[in-house]
Parts: sequence; structure tokens; C-alpha cells
Amino acid sequence: MKKPILVVGGGISGITAAVEAAEAGAEVILIEKEPSLGGRVAQLRYYFPKLCPPNCGLEINYRRIKTNPRIEVYTMAEITEISGEKGNYKVKAVIKPRYVNDNCTACGDCEKVCEGERVSEFDFGLRKTKAIYLPHPMAFPMKYVLDKSALAPGDLERIMSACKYNAIDPDMKEETLEFEVGTIIWATGWKPYDATKLDNLGYGKYANVITNMQMERLASPWGPTGGKILRPSDQSFPKKVAFVQCAGSRDENHLPYCSYICCLASLKQSLYLAEQDPEAEALIFYIDIRTPGRYEKFLRRAQNEARITFIKGKVAKIEEDPETKDLIVTAEDILSGKKIHEKVNLVVLALGMQPSIAGINIKGLEVDENGFVISENGIIACGCAKMPLDVMTSNETATGAALKAIQTILRG
Amino acid sequence: MEKIGVFICTSCDIGKRLDIAELENAARDQGAVAVYNKEFLCSKEGKAFIEEKIKENGFDAVSICACSPRVNYDVFDFGNVAVERVNLREGIVWSRFLLGEGGEILEDTTDYIEGIPFKNELMALAKDYVKMGIAKLQVYKLPEPFKPEEEISKTILVIGGGVAGLTAALEAANTGYDVVLVEKEKELGGFVAKMKAHCEVKHPFKNIVPPIVNELISQVESNEKIRVYKKATVTNISGMPGLFKVKINVDGKEEEVKIGAIVLAAGFKPYDASKLDSLGYGNIKNVVTNVQFEEMAKEGKFVRPSDGAPIKSVLFILCAGQRDENHLLYCSGYCCLASLKQAKYIREADPDAKAFIIYDHMRTMGIYENFYKTLQDDPGVFLTKGKVVEVSEGEDGEVKVIVEETLLGEKLEINVDLVVLAIGMVPVTAEGPVLNLEYRQGPGLPTDELELFYGYADSNYICFPYETRRTSIYAAGAIHQPMTIAQAIEDARGAALKAIQSLVAIEEGHAVHPRTWDFAYPEIDLKMCTQCKRCTEECPFGALNEDEKGNPLPNITRCRRCGTCFGACPQRIINFKDYSIEMVGNMIRATEMPEQGYGLYRLMAFICENDAFPALDMAAFQKKSIPVTFRIIPVRCLGAVNVSFVKDAMSKGYDGILLLGCKYGENYQCHFIKGSELANTRMENVAETLQQLALEPERVTLHTVAIDEIEEAVKKMNEFNEEIKGFEENPFKGW
Repeated sequence: MKKPILVVGGGISGITAAVEAAEAGAEVILIEKEPSLGGRVAQLRYYFPKLCPPNCGLEINYRRIKTNPRIEVYTMAEITEISGEKGNYKVKAVIKPRYVNDNCTACGDCEKVCEGERVSEFDFGLRKTKAIYLPHPMAFPMKYVLDKSALAPGDLERIMSACKYNAIDPDMKEETLEFEVGTIIWATGWKPYDATKLDNLGYGKYANVITNMQMERLASPWGPTGGKILRPSDQSFPKKVAFVQCAGSRDENHLPYCSYICCLASLKQSLYLAEQDPEAEALIFYIDIRTPGRYEKFLRRAQNEARITFIKGKVAKIEEDPETKDLIVTAEDILSGKKIHEKVNLVVLALGMQPSIAGINIKGLEVDENGFVISENGIIACGCAKMPLDVMTSNETATGAALKAIQTILRG
Repeated sequence: MEKIGVFICTSCDIGKRLDIAELENAARDQGAVAVYNKEFLCSKEGKAFIEEKIKENGFDAVSICACSPRVNYDVFDFGNVAVERVNLREGIVWSRFLLGEGGEILEDTTDYIEGIPFKNELMALAKDYVKMGIAKLQVYKLPEPFKPEEEISKTILVIGGGVAGLTAALEAANTGYDVVLVEKEKELGGFVAKMKAHCEVKHPFKNIVPPIVNELISQVESNEKIRVYKKATVTNISGMPGLFKVKINVDGKEEEVKIGAIVLAAGFKPYDASKLDSLGYGNIKNVVTNVQFEEMAKEGKFVRPSDGAPIKSVLFILCAGQRDENHLLYCSGYCCLASLKQAKYIREADPDAKAFIIYDHMRTMGIYENFYKTLQDDPGVFLTKGKVVEVSEGEDGEVKVIVEETLLGEKLEINVDLVVLAIGMVPVTAEGPVLNLEYRQGPGLPTDELELFYGYADSNYICFPYETRRTSIYAAGAIHQPMTIAQAIEDARGAALKAIQSLVAIEEGHAVHPRTWDFAYPEIDLKMCTQCKRCTEECPFGALNEDEKGNPLPNITRCRRCGTCFGACPQRIINFKDYSIEMVGNMIRATEMPEQGYGLYRLMAFICENDAFPALDMAAFQKKSIPVTFRIIPVRCLGAVNVSFVKDAMSKGYDGILLLGCKYGENYQCHFIKGSELANTRMENVAETLQQLALEPERVTLHTVAIDEIEEAVKKMNEFNEEIKGFEENPFKGW
């Protein structure tokens, strides 16, 4: 029997690598650290350039997983140790306790009686969930998760008695699993750069400076505001919004590379604004507008359908008007050579992407100075774990990685 | 199926809101052999119970009346026993409520209309669902894998011997597959082979390296599994995946090979620079394209074409003919990087030479910013945003370039020895069919699809970049999307995987994405065919050919099981073992229709199972209310809704019929390209028929929703319900 392929990361790249490999005949183990698959794209309202919801493709992919006996999925699992070599790896993974077992029917009775709350990381802190929660409406697997640290006094008894299926298991323990696999596809993706490091941009200091991923949650019909874009300070619609491009990217002090998607993301988000109010203004402060290939059409669409002013220049500072909580953006307009000050209702930082594993040392995994995986001989990287990419190209690399992985197990 | 067992779960509010005994009776009435109810059916005990009863009674089919098929898919799997999932939980008890004026949920015992408690309607719905589940299984046949009589070929044809084609060929061969590589030139290597160097395709992405194809060519040429045809073109492809017959013209002689799957990597042509006379091309000798400059660099001849004088300064005009409504509308993706590389050539050849790069937006995407920085650090390279407004002959053979809107704020005049135009790529699919398919729908990829992408053989699915409308044919490299060499290598691996994967599917006898698991396929009863050709015209994947009389000739391995042909057929002679006219008809007939004058309407909804159905499932999780009037039948695609469904439902007495499917148009979300759009056209015809019967055309309505539009889906169903209330009862009730 051929050894299985281990895919680390259950975002769009990892899911793609897993289903593509399994549909080509390989046995696949897919490991995800969160309680649901989907990764970053599950947090997006729309993909550019089609403005279609990522859950549409995820749903098809979940069905491909459901119907394929060759794929085994583990959520809440993280790799702790890799040993061995190409063709013959031993991998240890820790499975964090979900405190909810497979009996869960996702009926939601537990959530109703639970009083304790926790900050939703899925929504980047923009709302809270109950201590027992479904990761999101299209979670896969469709099972609740319990955050024991967020339980209010008496919650545990309440949720346990509310559950008719004996699905709550507060004594569940962390488990360590060992896998013997032929090869590893590394698809751990990216995280937004830490915006608080960009001190001149006021994130964390001013309520109405948000990140582009937070903007996605605000625009999402399942998000904290039900899809209405409302600024945090007073829940009003921002009529004038500044997008700060290359927030952290193309910057020697932060991320030296270009993050590939942020120009397109801001154009897309300008369209979100226009959809809610055609009069809404977007100011995009940029170095270069990077809409490669046929994404150029999307640039034209955004220019036609949204009220966008492009200002070539890097934002120097952001200040807050303490009365209105509006923000004053200072930048140099490179084309006119003039310093400009723009008062806006909301600032969106087009944050760069950083590899999820940046700063984490995983034995057996070779990374570059920024944390992108470079080892090709053995562990196969794809998607944004390898380099900053858009979804389409990520999936091309993931499909290619599936082939490289199959070649390895055939030989091994 | 003959022996159908019914299992009703009583958990998750099902037992609380529904009268289980009544449901059991309904199941028996419909012909179930045995009916059981059990709490927590998805538990281990529940599953064991079902298994035991299957054994005991020899059921060949079971109807699980519990939750949505989207959950517990792994629990309710009983091998060869056919399973139907009746969606009582999400479909009824979590989504059908009587709401008070303030939107609060009222008791089921409350009157819905005077004298009829809501519970009655809820139970009528639940009984219909239980009966429909059995009715479906009664007509259901177990699918059998499609096994062609002829032995399938597992050889992969790669069209194009450039970096993408070479990579695809090697990767497929290294996975154990035989490959036929067809290259139209006399040598392999494509454009990359003609280069002096290119940006490195791996970490640290900072340097230029000799063309990677040299190594690829020698590996391909020495690989026993790869047969290379040079000076060759594909003149004809007939047959179907696994059984393609491909004619190759090799230097005037024709050969035929058997092929399983195809990677299309025929690349691009540089944009026709003669159209760029406004930038001096053709008029000024010292204005060349980046392709010509690459040749000069490869030969090491950095001299002016006009007089052979050494080149001391070069100005690169980026976006020469690109992102330009008079030329190419798109960005070619590679040219910023290529121009930076070429600036490096001249700087390395002569440390005193200067390079000027005039760009609009510098697009060194992602990690290639590293390469850009190496040029930014070079004092001999002048980079500025700007617009070239004039290119003319200067003094002493120089070219004078006027640039406006620069970063320096003013108009610049730059005199250089040579101007290089960074011209774009045109995929060869923009100019001809390349594949030369012997398909009823034409020799190339569908033109309406190509037009969406400026002639590129691209996919409209962000999630599925290799999706094509010609099964087992996958594009890679610069014919697929504008791309760099590094991306072309990755892309070619992906395309090779897809080709291999499609062969695995053919061998196993099932469909490829998006219905990978599907073993059933359309079977056509030709005796009744009227040669109307709708099926052969409408198939989004060109799966059907035609004989000389106009009868459809199916090619099953091309088929993606969307059911568009099934939906199109006016004779209703196309059917699947697990999805047929008879099946849906039987389901509709199994429902109970109140007599005329009952006072409450009944609506039928055909819902696309890919997007609209999950949206309604999620609405149920959020306990949103869908009118109790609706009977929902999920369909694989709205394209698979035959007009007979509408006729059956109308003649049964349904007062209105709603179709919910995916968005169509330029940014279509239909997983089968055209399904919802075709359904819309068909429903327009239905509306005309309704009018002839003096019925309101609005009684049959199609709406589109995306998967995340939960509220929207619910709203549309409620609005439709309200609209129908404005009409009289369907006069065919009780016929």
C-alpha cells in the first residue's frame, strides 16, 4: 500500500491540494489547526474579480471531501514534529480538545443557554460569540466548539443539560497522533501583518482605523454587522474612506515583498462601499496599482462603478479628530509634489500578508528570512505558505503540489 | 428499488413539532416495506439500528427522514443500499414557522387561516416530503460505472514545447504516464529558449539565470516515456477523453495517435508591434520590441540597428500596447519584470550605459519585488512613472522621447540610443482553434468563453483554475493566463495533475469535477428522438456529437453530468439512472393536493443543490422562516430542470413554481457554466405557454441567489408566496 500524503493547512490551498491529490488516487490526511476548514477565504465576503462568495467553491470542495473515502480530515490539529525524509516521514500532531464530540448535531440548544462569551477571532475581534459556538454558518465539520476559558459560572451545567445528545465532553484531553506519510504538502497560508507595528497609522489607537480583513467581515452578510459597513466608533456608514496601500508591504522595516492581493482587495472593497451608497468616496493611497493580467478589467470596473480617487503616495501619518472620531490622513501626492491632508470617516489598512508560520521554528522545514517555505526537496509548499499569491494562482500551485506529492509516494 | 425501508428520526425538534405516527402512515401508504422511528438516528446506536434492519429485511433502499444531506453524510452510508435523505430538520422543523405580526414564532396550534391550524399545513408538508423520498427511491436505479468497450489510452498529449509544455510532459512522465509532445517549431524550448536569461524561479528571486528550458529540453529528449514531434501540429482530435484519436502532421506527414488526456500549452505570440507606429516602431530604426532586444542581448550585440554604434543608453517603454483600449485591454503580467531584466543586461554589458524605465504601474508581483529592488538600488537605472507622449528621431541617430506626468513633476525629454517597447502577449487561442476538435460545437474552446478572457484559455472559476468546457483538456502557461516563467512551471504541473486525474476518473468510471463522485450518466432513448438538436447545441461541455440525421451521439467521458441535455430534451428521452423525468414526476405525483377551494396554496420549488440549497440550509440553522406552502425538490443544476417538471407540477395543481439557481451573466456562478441561464430561457417559453392557458406567467418564476445570500433566498421565497396569493387557485387542481 502506498503511503498517504499529509497536507498541512485546511485553507483553500490545502483543501485544493488534498482533493486534487485524492481524486488522482492518493490517500490524503488533511490537518487544520482551526475548528473548521476554509482558512482565510472563509472570512472573505467576495473574491475579486468576480465578486462571488468563497463559500460557493468551498461548498463544492467540502462535497468533494465528503464523497471521497481517500481523504481523512483532522481539525484543531497542529504539527509538532517532523522526522524522517522524503518518501518516509513520521509526523506528530497534537489534536486540541474540542470539548464537543461527534454526537453533536449542531442543533444549537447549547448556545442558547450559554452565557459566557468570547471574542471572535474569525471576525477579527469585531464581535463576540458564546463560549460554545459554531465557527461560522458554513463550518466544516458542522460541529460546535467549546472554549472552556470563556464559560460563565454555571454555563457548563446549563449547556450539558441542554444537550440532548451527550455531545459535551468537558474532560476531553489533548491527543497526540502519529502519522507515517510518504510526503508532506505544506499549505499553512498567511496571516495579516501585525498592524500595531505600523505606529504612524494609528491602528489600535483610533477606533476607525481598521484592517482590510476586518472590512471583509463588516461587508459579509454573516458578519458582525450583517453586511452593513459601519464604522466602529459610532456604527455609522463611512461616506469617505481612505485605503492605505502597502501597509507593511514593500517596506524594509516591515515586509520587504509585495503582498500581491492588497491592491485588488482595496478595489473590491471600494465596490462594497459603492454598493451600499453610490455616493461613498474611496481614496486609495498607493505606490503602484498592481492588477496583473486580466485583473486589469477589474481595475476598470472599480473605476467605473465606485467613486475612487487614486493618490500616488505613501501615507505619512494618521491623526484622529477627537470630536467626530474622523481621521486626518497626511500623505505626499508624488505626482503633484504637494503634501495633502484628507479628512475621512474610516481608514482601511491594506495590510500585507505574512506567512502563518513566520517566527515559528518547525524542525525539518526550511524557510526564507520572511518565513516563506523554500524547501522543495521533500516537503512541498504551495499557496501563500510559499509566496504571496492570489487564490487562483494559489490553487494552481496547490494542484501542482499534488502532482509532486504523488510522484514522491509512487517512488517511495 | 423494490424494498424500501423508512427511518424517521425524532430528535432535533422533529418529534416535537411533527406527528411521527402520521408520517409513518404516510410512508406506508406510499409503499414503504417497513417504517421505523428512532431518537438520535445519527448516533452509533442509530446507525447500528438501521444496519440491523437492512439486514433483517433485505432493504435495497432506505429513506432517512432526518437532517439535510449536507450533514452526517458519512453516517448514513450503507454500501450498496440506495440512500435518500429526507430533509425534515433543516427543510421543515427548523425553517417553517407561523410568524406573528412582530415576527415572533407562534405555536403550531395557532390557526393559519380560519379553521386550519398551522400544524395541519406543517404535517401536510412533512407527509409530502416523506412520500417524495419513497417515490424517488421507487424509480431510482443504482448507477453503474461507465466502462467503454475499447481499451482506454492513458497517454497524455502535450501541445506546445515551451517551458509550460516541457514541464507538463516531464511531470506527467515522471508520474508514470506516456506522453506525446507536439511542437510546431523545429526545436523545443519556445520563447524561453530564445532568451539570454530570465529572473530566477526560486528563492531568493533576485538574480537572473540562464534559460531553465535548456535543462528541461535535455530531460524531455532523453526521457523514454516522452515521444517528441517537432515541426508538428495537431490537425484533428476526435473521440473523447480516454479514447481520443489525434492526428498529428509531422513535417508534412500525418500520423494518428491514441490519447487519453490533453495539456494545451501552445503559448502566445508577441503583440503585433507594427500597430505601435505611434511609439515609433517601424519608422525609427532604433525603436525595437522587447523580443528583438532579447535576441540582441542573446547575441551580445548591443549596437544600434541604425548604424551599429554601441548602445550607451536604452529607454524602456512599459505597457507598449497594453492596458490600452486601442490595443490589448489587459496587462500581460510579465513585461515589467522582463524590462527590469533587460535593463540589467545593458548595465552588466557596459557599466557606463544607462537604462531608463518609463512605467505606469510597476508590477513586480509578490516575491518578485526582490528583483525590482536590485534595480532600484542601481544608480544607472532611472525609473519613473510617466506617460510617453512622443517618440521621434533625435540627433546623431538617437531617439527622442517626451515623457509627461512623471514623478519629477515635469515634462522630460530623454535622448537615447535605443528604445525598447515592452509589448504584450497574445495567446494563440485568440487567433485560432489550435485543438482542431472534431466536436459538434466547433474545433476550439467555446468562443463565448474565450471572449471573457481576451482569448485566453482561462477558467471563470477562481476556486478551480483548470476548469474547462472541454473535459480532459487543461490549459497551462501563457495560453492559460498572462504569466511569468515561474508561474508557468507551477501551472504546468497543475495541468498535468488534472490530465492524470481525469484518466483516473475515466478508469474508475465516474465523472470529473464538479461531480467527481457521480457514476450515473445520461442515457438516450433514440427511438423517440425528433432531431431537434437542443441537447447537442446546449451541452456546455460539447459532449454530444450528431450523426448525419441530427441524432445525438453521446461521448460519456466528455460528459460532466450537469443534466443540461436532460433539461433541454422536449421528448424527455434523456435520463440518468439516479435522476430521471419519471423520478421527479413520481415525486410530484406522490404529494397530496387539496381540493379546489381549500383556501391555502401549494408551491413547488426546484432548487439548485450547489448554492441555493446550502443557503436554505443555513437559513434553517438560523431559524429563518420559509413559507410552509413550498415543497422543495433539489436539482443538480437548474439546467437539469426539464419543462416536464413544470407541467407535472402545474397539472398536479401547484399554484406557483419557483426556481432558485446560481447567478448567470459575465461573472456566472453556475457550476455548469450555462445551467441557470438556459433554465431562464426555457422558463420564458413556459411563461408563453401559461399565457396561452390563461394563467399568469408569473406563476413560474426563476430567481438567482448566491450561496451567501441567505436572507435574500428566504426573502425571494416569501415574496413569491405573497405574489401567488394575489392569483386565483390553479384551475387544474383536482384533475
